[in-house]
Amino acid sequence: MQFGIFSVGDVTPDPTTGRTPTEAERIQAMVAIALKAEEVGLDVFATGEHHNPPFVPSSPTTMLGYLAARTERLVLSTATTLITTNDPVKIAEDYAMLQHLAGGRVDLMMGRGNTGPVYPWFGKDIRDGIALAVENYALLRRLWREDVVDWQGRYRTPLQGFTSTPRPLDGVPPFVWHGSIRSPEIAQQAGYYGDGFFHNNIFWPMEHTRRMVEVYRRSFERYGHGSADQAVVGLGGQVFMRKNSQDAVREFRPYFDNAPVYGHGPSLEDFTEQTPLTVGSPQQVIDRTLGFREQVGDYQRQLFLMDHAGLPLKTVLEQLDLLGEQVVPVLRREFDALRPAHVPDAPTHASLKAGLALPAAVAPGADSSGAGAPVAGQPVGAR
Amino acid sequence: MSRRRVVVVSAGLSSPSSTRLLADRLAAATAQALAGRGVETELEVVELRDVAHELTDHLLTGFPSARLRAALDAVAAADGVIAVSPVFSASYSGLFKTFFDVLDRDALDGTPVLVAATAGSARHSLVLEHALRPLFTYLRAVVVPTAVFAASEDWAGPGALVDRVERAARELVALVAAREPQAAADPYEDASAFERLLAGS
Repeated sequence: MQFGIFSVGDVTPDPTTGRTPTEAERIQAMVAIALKAEEVGLDVFATGEHHNPPFVPSSPTTMLGYLAARTERLVLSTATTLITTNDPVKIAEDYAMLQHLAGGRVDLMMGRGNTGPVYPWFGKDIRDGIALAVENYALLRRLWREDVVDWQGRYRTPLQGFTSTPRPLDGVPPFVWHGSIRSPEIAQQAGYYGDGFFHNNIFWPMEHTRRMVEVYRRSFERYGHGSADQAVVGLGGQVFMRKNSQDAVREFRPYFDNAPVYGHGPSLEDFTEQTPLTVGSPQQVIDRTLGFREQVGDYQRQLFLMDHAGLPLKTVLEQLDLLGEQVVPVLRREFDALRPAHVPDAPTHASLKAGLALPAAVAPGADSSGAGAPVAGQPVGAR
Repeated sequence: MSRRRVVVVSAGLSSPSSTRLLADRLAAATAQALAGRGVETELEVVELRDVAHELTDHLLTGFPSARLRAALDAVAAADGVIAVSPVFSASYSGLFKTFFDVLDRDALDGTPVLVAATAGSARHSLVLEHALRPLFTYLRAVVVPTAVFAASEDWAGPGALVDRVERAARELVALVAAREPQAAADPYEDASAFERLLAGS
């Protein structure tokens, strides 16, 4: 099982001091946090992609390329890559280049983005969000898998005789996760292609997460990638820890109460009960996280949101120490002991290259129910 | 005997409230009219005061508490809705509007709705026509022709209010009884939604 962190990259005032970091400080803090993640033994660092203040990470491959040079083991990922407003051709090129520079330590999580004006700023319409995600991703897959692509669709200028360079490292496209909080269509998309599905459950009740993962697992099985319990699932998590849980609550409360996403709303206690947010001792975090498995089954990737709401860098680094030293080793052991042998790990470049990762080895669109499956990878607009 | 589910949404704030009083009148008249057609009524009342904090939390967090979810689901699965608001500052109350703001946009598609309002003075009666009716039209509900307004003086004795309550209930029941009982749509269940999208349909 993979453990890691994902960063939104928000520039938020520290509510306890009123101080707002500069963009330069926040960018350097994200780098320090990613390096710390590797140092404490985590597996994955994922950056968000945003095109408006107060967020800094507009250019994920620039940051991840820099991190690739400064790390050795860490898998560099996104949370999320905007499959709607980015040109799929540019995604294919940028992430293939990153893959080469990082020696294959790259995967991506596709998302639609939820900031309305970003669509018009990039020449798109938010009402086409799902259709954009479907068409753009279908093209992206072909660009990584076919050397020469002829393509015509609804949302981008046609391509004739186009070759996306560089070709993926070792001929192995980066593994893709699809992130969606609310749209069952996207969970089905992930299952259709045998890709991973990530549910960022941190702001939602677990019951909803359970239903979305269930949609994905059914789709994964329906399209012939393996049994439902072999589907590749990732979850979010949000924690704040101190040795004594009362200290954790006392220290985190002002950050919670003023957080950009949920601040000035429900109480910390209500939100902790309703969502996976855990504020307490490392043992409480362990227990809560192990509980996710009871809702969604054996899963492959757990990412935690640690640096947000104005928490100072020093505090975040302390949190990562606790995560790496006291929480993740126990979770690794417990989850591994519980997972049956036929449930795979999350695919990596090495496993995909070796052709060992069952889910990605099966051709997409092979419908085990035999009910007229479409041919995957065919251009949408050509039908 | 067939059954229909009628859900009352009442936005009164005091207890007892005249908004709830009017809502109960309308619900009783509706149940009676349905019984007259041999249809049993399953009645549920959603008191918005009880979920007022949770509605604000929903605005801020984007998801409902379990109790609010139950109320929203009840309305989405209703065969008919009776929606009653007090008049605040020349319109429905903010609490009333918030509930319909967080309701799924398709939840009332085609649902028969009876609208009603209360106020201290009959001068506000057109709130039903310029505020509540367009709101439910936007939500693609089928709003019955008779909207029921009760000013303080209407509670003085038998009169036009009783007739209007009964007429509105009859109109609602005609629509509710003519419709098949509704089952709440399960958004997680449409297994081929992605394939249709991929095919560009």
